[in-house]
Amino acid sequence: MKQHLISAADLTREDALLILDTAEELARVSERSIKKLPTLRGRTVVNLFFEDSTRTRISFEAAAKRLSADVINFSAKGSSVSKGESLKDTALTLEAMGADAVVIRHGASGAPHRLAGWVRGSVVNAGDGTHEHPTQALLDAFSMRRRLGRLEGLKVAIVGDVLHSRVARSNVALLHTLGAEVTLVAPPTLLPVAVDSWPCQVAYDLDAVLPKSDVVMMLRVQLERMNAAYFPSAREYSRRYGLDRDRFARLHDDAIVMHPGPMNRGMEISAEVADSARSTIVEQVGNGVTVRMAVLYLLLGGSEPAIGGTE
Amino acid sequence: MTTILIKGARILGGAPRDILIGDGMITEVGERLGDRDGQVVDADGLIALPGLVDLHTHLREPGREDAETVETGTQAAARGGFTAVHAMANTSPVADTAGVVEQVWHLGRTYGHCDVQPVGAVTSGLEGRQLAELGAMAESAARVRVFSDDGRCVSDAVLMRRALEYVKAFDGVVAQHAQEPRLTEGAQLNEGEVSARLGLTGWPAVAEEAIIARDCLLAAHVGSRLHVCHVSTAGSVEIIRWAKSKGWDVTAEVTPHHLLLTDACAESSPLGPYNPIYKVNPPLRTAEDVRALREALADGTIDCVATDHAPHPAEDKETEWAAAAMGMIGLETALSVVQEAMVETGLLDWAGVADRMSARPARIGRLAGHGRPIEAGAPANITLYDPATRTRVDPTAMTSRSRNTPYEGMTLPGGVVATFLRGRPTVLEGKLV
Repeated sequence: MKQHLISAADLTREDALLILDTAEELARVSERSIKKLPTLRGRTVVNLFFEDSTRTRISFEAAAKRLSADVINFSAKGSSVSKGESLKDTALTLEAMGADAVVIRHGASGAPHRLAGWVRGSVVNAGDGTHEHPTQALLDAFSMRRRLGRLEGLKVAIVGDVLHSRVARSNVALLHTLGAEVTLVAPPTLLPVAVDSWPCQVAYDLDAVLPKSDVVMMLRVQLERMNAAYFPSAREYSRRYGLDRDRFARLHDDAIVMHPGPMNRGMEISAEVADSARSTIVEQVGNGVTVRMAVLYLLLGGSEPAIGGTE
Repeated sequence: MTTILIKGARILGGAPRDILIGDGMITEVGERLGDRDGQVVDADGLIALPGLVDLHTHLREPGREDAETVETGTQAAARGGFTAVHAMANTSPVADTAGVVEQVWHLGRTYGHCDVQPVGAVTSGLEGRQLAELGAMAESAARVRVFSDDGRCVSDAVLMRRALEYVKAFDGVVAQHAQEPRLTEGAQLNEGEVSARLGLTGWPAVAEEAIIARDCLLAAHVGSRLHVCHVSTAGSVEIIRWAKSKGWDVTAEVTPHHLLLTDACAESSPLGPYNPIYKVNPPLRTAEDVRALREALADGTIDCVATDHAPHPAEDKETEWAAAAMGMIGLETALSVVQEAMVETGLLDWAGVADRMSARPARIGRLAGHGRPIEAGAPANITLYDPATRTRVDPTAMTSRSRNTPYEGMTLPGGVVATFLRGRPTVLEGKLV
């Protein structure tokens, strides 16, 4: 493993499989009544969140705490950052406090790269602008492998606002590394102009892609996009790219439905699809904690084996 | 009369000649002019070029003296071999009145490191709503001939048409920053493979090309002179080539950084990914664009090199990419970058460099005393340049008040040894006088 986890594109196949396999071992711990491991005792993990994301923050917090790390939550709102402190000064402050790892969520693409240049500890990207969200991709791959038993050769459709999606970028990179075949499905306005340089297929017609997909991953679509003319209306978007009951019926029987959350029920996904047995949406949340435990464990190289004595 | 004898300089890269300077003028050029009273400058192995002229410099004064001042900016210019710079209008207050342009012009005269020719804003406050008092600036002591809202595009077609027409009365030119504003809202980096991977909002080539095409047509329609700032795409080159083939009075500039660097720098450079030292407007483009720009400068489609020297203090660059200021400094490295990109590739000889960095920009800016050939009777504006040396670029060694050079750590050829402004050395032995 490298020192940081900033981009899924940086992960080799071996790195990625090591994380998934470690997560698999750690998942067994989660099934015990006492879920805590002493592995990262005495280590400090800072959750540095410049964007509100309670889901991701508590997922990282739970992961770090289950490994017995000390967790400091630093949210930009109401802090020195809102008084104009620069990212660099925040980084130097954390450095002075001796953070072993900094988990950063930031609205600007590349902020974790910049942070990594200013701190000695490990940097974990918890989502940067419209760039990447590598632990989301890892937990998605983990969820797919658990449900379907494999990743190699799996046909994955990622549907929605690819242009603004860090989840899509990380998933395309990671799934390609792990041998899955990704097809991006979106209106042309919501695809990057150079998407043909990505290691995946691109389609505009969701109905044509669904029957041959093993996994359908729906992306959150923000309603304000229609004000910038990315699509005409929520209704038209939903009609052309939403996963409703009729479209769901076009999937083969073993196919699963994923969503990174938070969902717009009725927009990109209908309630009955989201709540169906073939939806992994709730599982993804649980798997998120496990995968983030694996990432923190591997980056911080815990002084004791990941799986061993319990407290 | 004090005289200076420059011995053995290779004028435009030719055979060694002696150049005698007296009373601010070149009095004699020849072989072995012999010993005379006065100062002797040994120019053995050095190339003599007419003093360089920059059509596009941000001196930041008044308003952002933390980034640059007229004094430090012109010192940087002299060290880069320039004898005249055009100071862009996007200062604070904006150079949109006779008062502000005269202030900048006076500051240039006071410090005397090179001539400072203020550029006037096209519209009041650069706001794109109302024409600034162009005539008053033209008639002021600063004698403004180049007008630009640089940093912003005069995007309103009617306003641009009127500006092009209006400045004809005093032989002015509108220098357009070609950027269609709606197509570039929040734009961070050239729209292409790199911006798609990095998740940075794209700055599409078409946003530049559409404005250039429109402006060429407008200039032709009203019979005016148009200058296009910092051309950055292969498509822009094609449009300008077409406009020139029609005989329209369109000129264009390219920056040194667009001749050497590409958008790949934002993703992979020794300085790390997302380093905003590479953030500039217009953005760095692709290798294909760089090739087209070099060819266009070589064949004259692009008339000149202009630095777009844009100083920013460290705190405006030590940030996330999206939060960083756009721009890079360039006065002190311009000639070296042109040697690297154009001379060492065989695209331009030194006569070509003199034409693109001195004669043509002086003509576009209507600077009578600059850009003249090195011959008896011309003002003694001369740059002595050593093409054989190679230097690793060190931001801390810059004369500019700011350090935001994208060439940090790169080894570039050549170095300015001396600069003469109307016979007076502003730089000798590579150091400010």
